[in-house]
Amino acid sequence: MLGIARQKMLEQSSKKIRPAVSMLRNYSSAAKEMTVRTALNSALDEEMSADSKVFLMGEEVGEYQGAYKITKGLLDKYGPERVLDTPITEAGFTGIAVGAAYYGLKPVVEFMTFNFSMQAIDHIINSAAKSNYMSAGQISVPIVFRGPNGAAAGVGAQHSQCYAAWYATCPGLKVLTPYNSEDARGLLKAAIRDPDPVVFLENELLYGESFPISDEVLDSSFCLPIGKAKIERKGKHVTIAAYSKMVGYSLKAAEILEKDGIDAEVINLRSIRPLDRSTINDSVRKTNRLVTVEEAFPQHGVGAEICACVVEESFAYLDAPVERIAGADVPMPYAANLERMAVPQVEDIVRAAKRACYRSVP
Amino acid sequence: MALSYLRSSSSRSVNLLKPLSSSLPLRRPISTDTTPITVETSVPFTSHQCDAPSRSVETNPKELLTFFRDMALMRRMEIAADSLYKAKFIRGFCHLYDGQEAVAVGMEAAITKKDCIITAYRDHCTFIGRGGTLLEVFAELMGRQAGCSKGKGGSMHFYKKDSNFYGGHGIVGAQVPLGCGLAFAQKYSKDETVTFALYGDGAANQGQLFEALNISALWDLPAILVCENNHYGMGTAEWRAAKSPAYYKRGDYVPGLKVDGMDALAVKQACKFAKEHALKNGPIILEMDTYRYHGHSMSDPGSTYRTRDEISGVRQERDPIERIRKLILSHDLATEEELKDIEKEVRKEVDDTITQAKESPMPEPSKLFTNVYAKGLGVESFGADRKEVRATLP
Repeated sequence: MLGIARQKMLEQSSKKIRPAVSMLRNYSSAAKEMTVRTALNSALDEEMSADSKVFLMGEEVGEYQGAYKITKGLLDKYGPERVLDTPITEAGFTGIAVGAAYYGLKPVVEFMTFNFSMQAIDHIINSAAKSNYMSAGQISVPIVFRGPNGAAAGVGAQHSQCYAAWYATCPGLKVLTPYNSEDARGLLKAAIRDPDPVVFLENELLYGESFPISDEVLDSSFCLPIGKAKIERKGKHVTIAAYSKMVGYSLKAAEILEKDGIDAEVINLRSIRPLDRSTINDSVRKTNRLVTVEEAFPQHGVGAEICACVVEESFAYLDAPVERIAGADVPMPYAANLERMAVPQVEDIVRAAKRACYRSVP
Repeated sequence: MALSYLRSSSSRSVNLLKPLSSSLPLRRPISTDTTPITVETSVPFTSHQCDAPSRSVETNPKELLTFFRDMALMRRMEIAADSLYKAKFIRGFCHLYDGQEAVAVGMEAAITKKDCIITAYRDHCTFIGRGGTLLEVFAELMGRQAGCSKGKGGSMHFYKKDSNFYGGHGIVGAQVPLGCGLAFAQKYSKDETVTFALYGDGAANQGQLFEALNISALWDLPAILVCENNHYGMGTAEWRAAKSPAYYKRGDYVPGLKVDGMDALAVKQACKFAKEHALKNGPIILEMDTYRYHGHSMSDPGSTYRTRDEISGVRQERDPIERIRKLILSHDLATEEELKDIEKEVRKEVDDTITQAKESPMPEPSKLFTNVYAKGLGVESFGADRKEVRATLP
């Protein structure tokens, strides 16, 4: 009912494209900063404004303003026909969104966390990812599945899994893992514009973190390329490859390593599928040592794929075995001390990098 | 079956009494006569939460002859596919539709190509109904380039987007939420068209169906859920799978209609009614009471869970092609000879197309790597031995 009242108000008011800069009024004009939350919200806003085929669907995305407030203000601005609150029925609404994408619309589906995407995984894999191939190009699926992924804080075993490796296995999907606000804006805009199904894995604990942001990033046409990693920190002694929250941990680890004379190169993967194998290999050929870092379960994970890829392409350049830092191989415990042990910490990354460095043949 | 003639003052009405052969110069004896004829459906419709449409269906000689030819074509196509499968030209899965043809043709007669259809894996005849060609069917079944999915889909993955046929789905029940999504998009785009999402009695118990139906009813989507109830979900009879096999009632708050799915005119009437309803009032369920002569797929003889008497009984009493044949003959729209000629012609068309399809080559090896993405971004993909076979995705 409230939605209908809002829709009527909307019809009477005129819509403007609100530049993201206006959200920065609270920050100092000297250095522009933006939270990941605002970055995502502004990206959704701008893409919805630019293309009337883009619409949002998910639990609490509308009147509740988003379970994590990522979609705040968008119902008011675009109305209930474009921002749709769904019942708690992932299989049903994901299927509906994929069907809408078959017809040519551009849905952005929010999973409250990616743990719930398992209820809809058949539609993501069999209805979305494979359709372009099975139809020899007739049915493309321009859909984005987004939401928080991986561990939060104290939410227990059923609400903490990372799905990057699961989705990245499947040809036909693109899987993105933004770290900072620039990633969040640029990759989400790219995902919405991309004609293929994109799984966009955010991180709940990063939503509130603020990052510096340039004017270029604030422009409404800003987009990052899909499939390209970023060297967040240049170095020469060891490569640390990570995604999402672990990029931040890796950067902290690099600062600590510097004090011990180890100059680490930190790669922000940004894209798990396609994986930027050439950036990773170029870096390893320079440093000769590799540490992979992920929050997810270790077996058959992203780190395993990176290790295999480097062994296949750059074996002769490795001076030490590849080190893998990952979440503990157990369901996520609740007790704070056990939870801390179940997720990689900065000291784990430091230790692994040192191991990779002290294995050198003189 | 009660028949009535509409009195017309046009001279065309006289032609109905003359044998058609004397007025046909063409090689195909399809009448172009569109003089209305009213026919009663075999049984009245049973409704749930709505008023059933009338049993009297308006048709005409052209439509009846088109029904006959189209269903004969579909029947012959499926039987030919059976032989091709046994001769190992078709591999993997092959789910045949013979017996159910009336649903495909009756539906098409009530709608346009701007309305959408989505179905499961028993999709060969639905594809033909949407305007697909025999060559595209046989070539796809045999995995050749001339197939509708260029040989990359197979029996369960036929699509024809330009006439709004969205497949062709292997996962039981998945097509129903997808169909409701198509209806959502039609409403979003203000197209004033509807979507028919077909599913079987086996899929009717799927949770995602009810999830999608709930959302469709909440959002008033122009979605028509069509249960093609052939009474067996693979080898499981409906009464062993569903506590309530009254599938037209399973929508609860969503209205439903039970239809004789072996009567093409009843199907047409029901689909016309459903389209009007869906555009005004949101979702509706149609249950088509139909029957498949073959087993679930080519690996199922179809006689371990049903008796041969039952199968031949349905063929005797309810065959959809025979019903139309009787209607055409009793209205003198064509002679028995002419109908047999149509069947012979259709058989030849199928045989010739199979020969043509066999000549279509298999896809080029490079096609292994095409269409993974709509926009491949130039990324690398790998074959089984990645040091041996690599490709850049277009």
